[in-house]
Amino acid sequence: MALKFILTLILLSPLFGAVAAGLFGRRIGRRGAHTITIFGVAVSTLLSAYVFYLFVLEGRSPFNDSLYTWLVSDGIKFELGFMIDSLSATMMLVVTFVSLMVHIYTVGYMDHDDDYGPNNPYYQRFFSYISLFTFSMLSLVMANNFLQLFFGWEAVGLVSYLLIGFYMKRESAIQANLKAFLVNRVGDFGFILGIAVVVMYFNTLDYNEFFAGLAAHKNTMITIIPGVEWSMITVLAIMLFIGAMGKSAQMPLHVWLPESMEGPTPISALIHAATMVTAGIFMVARLSPAYEMSEAALSFIMIIGALTAFMMGLLGIIQDDIKRVVAYSTLSQLGYMTAALGASAYAAGMFHVLTHAFFKALLFLAAGSVILAMHHIQDIRQMGGLKKYMPITYWSMLIGSLALIGFPGFSGFFSKDSILLAVSESDTYGASFAMVLLLIAVFVTAFYSFRMFFLVFHGKESEYVKAHEIKESPGVVTWPLIALSIPALMMGWPLIGPILSGTYFADAIQVTGEHDVLGRIYEGQYHGAFNMVIHSLTTLPVILALSGVFLAWLLYIKKPEIPGKIKKACPRGFYVLDNAFGFDRLNEIVFVDGMRKLGSFFTNSIDIKMIDTGMVRNTFMSVAHSAAALKTAQTGYLYHYAFVMIFGLLAMLAWVLW
Amino acid sequence: MFGFPILSTLIWLPIIGGLFVLFIGRDKPSLAKWLSLAITVVTFVVSIPLWTNFDTTTASMQFVEKTPWISHFNIMYHLGVDGLSMPLVLLTTFTQVLVIASAWDIIKERVEQFMGAFLIMGGIMVGVFVALDSILFYVFWEALLIPMFIVIGKWGGKDRVFATMKFFIYTFLGSVFMLVSFIYLYFQSGSFSILGFQSMHIGMTAQILIFLAFLAAFAVKVPMFPVHTWLPDAHVQAPTAGSVVLAAIMLKMGGYGFVRFSLPITPDAAMTLDWLVIGLSLVAIFYIGIVALVQSDMKKLVAYSSISHMGFVTLGMFLAYDIIQNTGGIQGASLGMEGAMIQMISHGFISGAMFLMIGVLYDRMHTREISAYGGVVNKMPWFGFFAVLFAMANAGLPGTSGFVGEFMVILASFKANVWYGIVAASTLVIGAAYTLWLIKRVYFGPVSNENVAKLEDLNAREFAIMGTLAVAIVLVGVFPAPIIDVMHTSVANLLVQATTSKL
Repeated sequence: MALKFILTLILLSPLFGAVAAGLFGRRIGRRGAHTITIFGVAVSTLLSAYVFYLFVLEGRSPFNDSLYTWLVSDGIKFELGFMIDSLSATMMLVVTFVSLMVHIYTVGYMDHDDDYGPNNPYYQRFFSYISLFTFSMLSLVMANNFLQLFFGWEAVGLVSYLLIGFYMKRESAIQANLKAFLVNRVGDFGFILGIAVVVMYFNTLDYNEFFAGLAAHKNTMITIIPGVEWSMITVLAIMLFIGAMGKSAQMPLHVWLPESMEGPTPISALIHAATMVTAGIFMVARLSPAYEMSEAALSFIMIIGALTAFMMGLLGIIQDDIKRVVAYSTLSQLGYMTAALGASAYAAGMFHVLTHAFFKALLFLAAGSVILAMHHIQDIRQMGGLKKYMPITYWSMLIGSLALIGFPGFSGFFSKDSILLAVSESDTYGASFAMVLLLIAVFVTAFYSFRMFFLVFHGKESEYVKAHEIKESPGVVTWPLIALSIPALMMGWPLIGPILSGTYFADAIQVTGEHDVLGRIYEGQYHGAFNMVIHSLTTLPVILALSGVFLAWLLYIKKPEIPGKIKKACPRGFYVLDNAFGFDRLNEIVFVDGMRKLGSFFTNSIDIKMIDTGMVRNTFMSVAHSAAALKTAQTGYLYHYAFVMIFGLLAMLAWVLW
Repeated sequence: MFGFPILSTLIWLPIIGGLFVLFIGRDKPSLAKWLSLAITVVTFVVSIPLWTNFDTTTASMQFVEKTPWISHFNIMYHLGVDGLSMPLVLLTTFTQVLVIASAWDIIKERVEQFMGAFLIMGGIMVGVFVALDSILFYVFWEALLIPMFIVIGKWGGKDRVFATMKFFIYTFLGSVFMLVSFIYLYFQSGSFSILGFQSMHIGMTAQILIFLAFLAAFAVKVPMFPVHTWLPDAHVQAPTAGSVVLAAIMLKMGGYGFVRFSLPITPDAAMTLDWLVIGLSLVAIFYIGIVALVQSDMKKLVAYSSISHMGFVTLGMFLAYDIIQNTGGIQGASLGMEGAMIQMISHGFISGAMFLMIGVLYDRMHTREISAYGGVVNKMPWFGFFAVLFAMANAGLPGTSGFVGEFMVILASFKANVWYGIVAASTLVIGAAYTLWLIKRVYFGPVSNENVAKLEDLNAREFAIMGTLAVAIVLVGVFPAPIIDVMHTSVANLLVQATTSKL
């Protein structure tokens, strides 16, 4: 009882802050808005830490209870409720903690904004949105049923839409948020059909009832294209995963994420790096019992993930906008997480979600700190030599980057290495193909990360840097950086053992025996975190990462004239990368233009020509011509008819009732 | 409480009140407005006991009033509500208050006539939903055309005469067939009682003909493809209040007709011809959605969106037969039916809100062209807040009422046929596309011209109207159970009737 109250409080206190800051922003003012929202999220964070303690550290058995019944129809209960175990408790803590850091950071970051006048309550609105996001994300991860999952799923999409378009006077921003919402909706189209399959075969939306029913449907087939039968669970798993592809930006539904950088940097950190984009990974892990039953779905997931990791990494190389570099690295890392899911290494995927949440939030916030110092210039070619002006930002960016490339001992190393080990160990169809892509991506990641790092902090100072006064950011900005650096640096050490052995997530993630790659690694190769670090120094991933860093140093510090020459030497390659493999062009031509043309065709040819002119007018004109009376039926006369009709009705009624 | 004739009051209070307003309100616009508002508020308050005193355990009619009307033909003044009609009655009385308030400062000419027409319309619409005698039903059904005709014809836009003609001819033609069916059924059963029609046996040929006749009447009202083209024209020409009534309530009469007449009276024909209704519903959802995408007139866009959303209503209602065929059981049919019913309520709120929003802009700028706008939110932040909320509801975002019905119907239609589900779910993308693209072009971006720069945010009256609808939309979205609960028994009963052969 008490626990349920605590959970409800965790969920609702950010909502309370969001409503207060959103609807009464002008009245409570800036200070009021950030105080109330930070307080709300702080309450959530503290209580989430307690819940984390209960369910992860103490290992309490899962809590599953409904909050209220949304509706009941046809014997199916549509409920809202909580399922709390080590998986959701971990996510809750990550979401609330990163959100709290972002809230605090925002106080400094959004202090003044050129897009809005002095009296515009944009500041309050921003706090309202990020608190609303926290609420939505919590409802997603705490859900014990598909309805609430979908509710949170769409709600985070809404907030993401609002925040990407936060600078609503900028055409690029409002274009980007529309695109983000629609691409996500394409994913949700698959997602809702996945839920429809669940309802059709299991008659429930509740996770536990769904899991319980899985075994009985092992061999159930479904026909979508007449004459072709597919395994129902495979269809279900892939449909739901299409939703994940939208939210977690997997190819080809990744196109919205780079453009989401139009939003203010704090939310790029919170939503488009640390939390929302991992919703898809979380969902697959949550539903692991179902995914375990479909080899085909796992294969599909692994290949999509590996392709995303590799191809999006390549695009990171040519970005000059500091936020876009980080955005493409997010895409690429999401690919790693997805590939891990495909290898049945859900725990490793979730592990990477956790470490990534911290180091990527750190990278984004550090990038934001750079942007702040550079007076909102984001082009890394205009930076250089910032190290001496902003030491805290420099060190936190370095920690974040080393974690990202998987430098031995940093948090990202443990999670990424367990993914690579898992994929190499996996028997899923396509695993060796995925492995190659993921290994190349390790090199690519290191290269573009340190390309950015060197261009921003080392090398020669640009004209702009020389001409302007560059200052380290204020305390509200740097403290969150320091707070995030600690987990980014160290959190891998205590977690790697329990993750590999499977004791961390326990029953929250279920892997069938022959798929248990992490367990095999734990039994066979794992001899403690320290040995893992030592051993890795001679293995391929670390060598690749280090050579990536070296190459970046060579090309951008040592011999900065080389990149230009390479670009000249192979223009075609750059053309492909510049156009991001042509996904945007394809969407533009096929979907945007295609839909508009189809719409015009429908309107002009069918609605107007065929129905209105062809069917209706030609039929009725002949009648109307002869019935000239119709034409003279002026409104004034009809008014009289109305009276007559109603009076007649009244009179008849009166007569009858008398 | 039961001795008090609530339903008659709901019908005649606004009608008589409307006439009263007409007579005493001449040259006294203020009196006419306040009196009208008072009448609609009282009517709404009187309608609340329908819900609070509703017996959810029975499918039979409640709050019944029955008196002979024209004894010679055995025509009764017979009223009553069940779980299908009661929510629609409340939707009507609720919407009426907002409609009167929405026209408050807008209509400056012949205020008493405008208000009177809307009051009369309100009473007639309640009459349609509560009549249990088919002739009484028919009288209300047709009578409604007159005040609506006048409202569009008199206070409408430039091409109002054309639009009213189109509107009148379409709807009138459809309903003539319905009247013929009623007369046929009268000769078979000896009365005009709708409940009597529902319990009689009818041969297959007759059923098919009656079903098609009903379809003609109801399809025009809903409206369904291809008899939908009157609606965008009517909306474009109608004054805001007219559009609200049209979208929020009048379209529901078509949906209501299917559950009160088509399904229970001609179940075998419905089973044979369900593909027709389902097919046209899917066309509405997909095709009309795409048409909405390219409209350059805001009102047309919302009108098409309205048709597209009504597709879920008709789809949800006719799923039972395919579900039985596909899964061997009835499970899922009431999910679709209840989804359809709640979609009607939700559509009442959302389409009403969307048209009111356009009205707010039109009152200030006197244009409905999307390209004349841009960056409205900079000048009207509160309005922008409501606009985004209503747009999200229109796009079916969970937590708003727009999600409830669509979700239920998609789940149910997938059970009937995977492809129904796939086409229905396409609304997630298409619906979001046309709605949010509209929002982007009208509300976001920099202030596009000096007319927009002069815009002022909502006044207190407009704020109250928008706020009320916003609360309704969110409440139903967050907690739809109270509305669904009153329907359960009636829906179950309806499905028994619809799946029991009447041959």
